[in-house]
Amino acid sequence: MSDITKQSLTELVENIKNKKLSSTDVTKAFIQRSEKSSELNAYITDDFTSALDKAKKFDQNPNLDLKLPGIPMAVKDLFCTKNVKTTAGSKILNNFVPTYESTVTENIWNEGAILLGKLNCDEFAMGSSNETSHFGNVQNPIDKNLVPGGSSGGSASAVAGQLTPITIGTDTGGSIRQPASFTGIVGLKPTYGSCSRYGIVAFASSLDQAGPMAQNVKDCALLQEVISTYDPKDSTSINFKRNHYSKELTKNIKGKKIGIPKEYRVDGMPKEIEDLWQKGIQYVKDCGAKPIDISLPHTSYALPTYYIVAPAEASSNLARYDGVKYGYRAKGENLIDMYEKTRSEGFGAEVQRRIMIGTYVLSSGYYDAYYLKAQKVRKLIKNDFDKAYKKVDAILTPSTPSSAFKIGEKKNDPVSMYLNDIFTVPVNLAGLPGISIPAGHDTKGYPLGLQIIGKAFDEQNILNIAFAMEEKINFKNKITDWWIK
Amino acid sequence: MSIDLKTIKHISKLSRISVDEKRAEKLADDLNSIFEFIEKLNELKTDDVKPLTSIAETTLKFRSDEIKSKNIREQIIKNSPEDNEDYFVVPKVIE
Repeated sequence: MSDITKQSLTELVENIKNKKLSSTDVTKAFIQRSEKSSELNAYITDDFTSALDKAKKFDQNPNLDLKLPGIPMAVKDLFCTKNVKTTAGSKILNNFVPTYESTVTENIWNEGAILLGKLNCDEFAMGSSNETSHFGNVQNPIDKNLVPGGSSGGSASAVAGQLTPITIGTDTGGSIRQPASFTGIVGLKPTYGSCSRYGIVAFASSLDQAGPMAQNVKDCALLQEVISTYDPKDSTSINFKRNHYSKELTKNIKGKKIGIPKEYRVDGMPKEIEDLWQKGIQYVKDCGAKPIDISLPHTSYALPTYYIVAPAEASSNLARYDGVKYGYRAKGENLIDMYEKTRSEGFGAEVQRRIMIGTYVLSSGYYDAYYLKAQKVRKLIKNDFDKAYKKVDAILTPSTPSSAFKIGEKKNDPVSMYLNDIFTVPVNLAGLPGISIPAGHDTKGYPLGLQIIGKAFDEQNILNIAFAMEEKINFKNKITDWWIK
Repeated sequence: MSIDLKTIKHISKLSRISVDEKRAEKLADDLNSIFEFIEKLNELKTDDVKPLTSIAETTLKFRSDEIKSKNIREQIIKNSPEDNEDYFVVPKVIE
């Protein structure tokens, strides 16, 4: 089979189970394509030699009952992988080799998958374009010099460019859904507490969630089923009844009530985004579901709230990088001087900026005015959703206020960069699940996504809605392989 | 409200990130534009709102204090920038 890398995860699993393909065939194909794709800069670290060994070993004694039998998979470089360098896209972790495995990746390897390598991301997942990575920006397979979005930019680029059949990213304010939208793929941010945070490099602990990024909804459901487990090692992991998301997937969403929040019609939103949303509403009707106008009155306060809460938590989480026990260390005249130089040289500009914001809003005299205020507004935002979910089963919005932009276009204007996440951030603040599915193209031919937001722990419902809509939308990603010489 | 260079110096000290004059000026500009954006929250009256402190609205579970990892000294030291077998080495603290 010559076109292995074009197959979906579901197809690959089936072909391996039916012995039409071996793990070695599949692993080789993705390694070869990854090697030809260095211009995308999707990988920070590859583990190809070891991946091929594992594939051969799998084939000698294949366990075909597993959910991901011998499937090669690259993952975002924010997940700690035992004995494989984990950088979080930062100079300060440039030489860090974890001695333990994150729960989410361990779940994946336990189901038979094989690590291909670690994918590029914004430094400590702080960014919306993958331009803050210490290891350089990532190219979007859709077009040259186009950002893939962020922070899971390498992950999005690798799935859209077919360097990995599927991947996992993390989402603190939109870092799975926004890059999925920019590259024409599916990305799910699960309910807070669904996937363990153990072994994921922390950014903002009350917002961070891992989730799947895939070519289609079915693949996404299958990986979600693997990674979502209760984990005592994460004190915020929640023990609820998890569905067999892929098995229970159905296109029957007749009678479902889908909320259309008027506040997401923001000032200056391009007409093509509004048109896409209207098309989405039509698809919902075509599927037999019922769109209902709703109001989420505090939507416009979500971003300012996020830019207090996330940096505050980040400044606390990133206090651990002091050059003492691991990571980069600069020479200093004394201990304090060493700390200050290590952090000044080890962190990039965006990370330093966020640590400073966080430190300021938590500092003596400002805590009530900023952090406490933000926590109160966060409550109001959550109340909006609670109220809406008394009337509807899910909510439909655009994923982003625009399509992907050019590399460098927004780099020097932090606020304009932050506005990218205007539709995704409220979901993290309220701890809800959200999925972005590709739904159309803009006039430049770049992909655009629609977001479906669910009730807490209702991943099955939004996967079903996405699955039904996917069929009606019949999206085709325009990948020309421009980067392959 | 405006964040001046003196404030930047103060935050930089609290954050343990050294910044030179040029960086400090750039940071002051950036932070001012970000805080201008954040000020929007003051439009809302929140005196009677209870802050959201835990998204999952569950209380944290207790667990017994048991040692689960044993003999992992080597693993702990493995990534240290400087060590002498049993300890992390840092610049001299006491004269």
